[in-house]
Amino acid sequence: MKRYIKIISPIILILIWEILAIYVNNEYILPRVGSVFLVLLQPFTDILGSGSLAENATVSLYRVVTGFLLGALAAIPVGILMGRLQWVNEFLDPLIQIFRPIPPIAWIPLALAWFKIGFTSIVFIIFIGAFFPILLNTIDGVKRVNRTWIETAYIFGTRELQILYKVIVPAAAPTIWTGLRVGFGIAWMSVVAAEMLPGTTSGLGYLIIYAYNFGQIQVIIAGMVVIGIIGLVIDYLLKQVERKKFMWQGLER
Amino acid sequence: MKLKIEHLEKRFLSNAGEQITALEDISLEIEDKEFVCFLGPSGCGKTTLLRIIAGLDSATGGKAVIDDHVIAGPDPKMAMIFQEYSLYPWRNVIDNIAFGLEVRGIPKEERYSAASRYLELVGLNGFEKSYPYELSGGMRQRVAVARALSVEPEVLLMDEPFGALDAQTRNKLQKELLDIWGKTRKTIIFVTHSVDEAVFLADRIVVLTRRPGRVREVIPLDLPRPRDRTSAEFARIRRHVLDLIEDPGHPQ
Repeated sequence: MKRYIKIISPIILILIWEILAIYVNNEYILPRVGSVFLVLLQPFTDILGSGSLAENATVSLYRVVTGFLLGALAAIPVGILMGRLQWVNEFLDPLIQIFRPIPPIAWIPLALAWFKIGFTSIVFIIFIGAFFPILLNTIDGVKRVNRTWIETAYIFGTRELQILYKVIVPAAAPTIWTGLRVGFGIAWMSVVAAEMLPGTTSGLGYLIIYAYNFGQIQVIIAGMVVIGIIGLVIDYLLKQVERKKFMWQGLER
Repeated sequence: MKLKIEHLEKRFLSNAGEQITALEDISLEIEDKEFVCFLGPSGCGKTTLLRIIAGLDSATGGKAVIDDHVIAGPDPKMAMIFQEYSLYPWRNVIDNIAFGLEVRGIPKEERYSAASRYLELVGLNGFEKSYPYELSGGMRQRVAVARALSVEPEVLLMDEPFGALDAQTRNKLQKELLDIWGKTRKTIIFVTHSVDEAVFLADRIVVLTRRPGRVREVIPLDLPRPRDRTSAEFARIRRHVLDLIEDPGHPQ
């Protein structure tokens, strides 16, 4: 029963969509379900000279992974320092409070001014998107490490650096991982937004904006479906790692 | 090994900004291979005293000295066992026990063979690969004892190690601890608020007063072991210690 119930709402949505599409009867407003599936079933076919779904998805993924990894590489060490050392925290916290509420997309004009249109500015936007959730979760995870775990290590004469990688990092890992998951989600949204900028020539964001210019609504929807599915699959994979690696979380005693 | 505590004092500021004296003029000497219990009502500073000996907290006056060496940080001659939640949940039992040796740079083979030895001593053979969350509270504390012993300290510091266990498990672990103490001949300093536990375990009970914590009385026990909790002598001593604790001694 539980398994089936999850399938019902998407089916209802598709049914309503199909009924509406028949009623509207205008493929420039709402195409039929079948025409979108037709696009999805040909992921390697070139679409209006803008590349295939698969090609554009690969480009987007490459950008997002690059920006995300750079973001994680910067955010995790800074977060560990801020979580561990009170003075670093107090020193950097004002900057983080100021920059954190600025959405990644608001950085786009500045990114264009600095890096011109292209790979670098898109990666920069993704970096910004991924950085803050990873940073905040890392700080939080490090701060909440059970004090007894750290003191146990001190008792055995553990040096500060060893405490860092033998106690702090493994203890904070589940929270850091949550930050990575949230960060990837935001990075993925940012890449699509950044690719919709004029002057971009590839990526899923580019594909759907390009399709709009040609009135290819079925391509837009197909592109959106692909964006959704990729986001879903990656989050699922990250969750599986979490389940396997951090089993102890919530059970620690 | 000789442990000396001289005129130890610990003051700190409370969150409300008032000066609090947790410990006042504590002087004690602890002999080699002795089993000493620090006993007192909660908030009497017994844990603070133990933490200062462990080198985790610092005193604001006086000093603690181990073998002519003033304690200013954790000393390799001592290992500590906490009340609970001290095992690393991402490490299995054998890796938890080997932790102390690992951070001291002991080669893998050597530290695993030592860890297995102490695993056996605490009676947990077969649980090498189990994780802490798969163990009962009593088993987890056995692992914590094995981990502390694995670095071969001369002194075991125990901070209410059985405080979170049910009465039956607690009694069982007390017996096991005495066995281990008999086999390994460590000095043990054991903090508890249970009079029964102290009378069952200790060579000497150091009774502390309510805040500010001072030494109320040091009670030597020469009851033979294993001690019978139902004996008249046991009851008499327990009564005496209870009276000491219930009478605050320092009315304020």
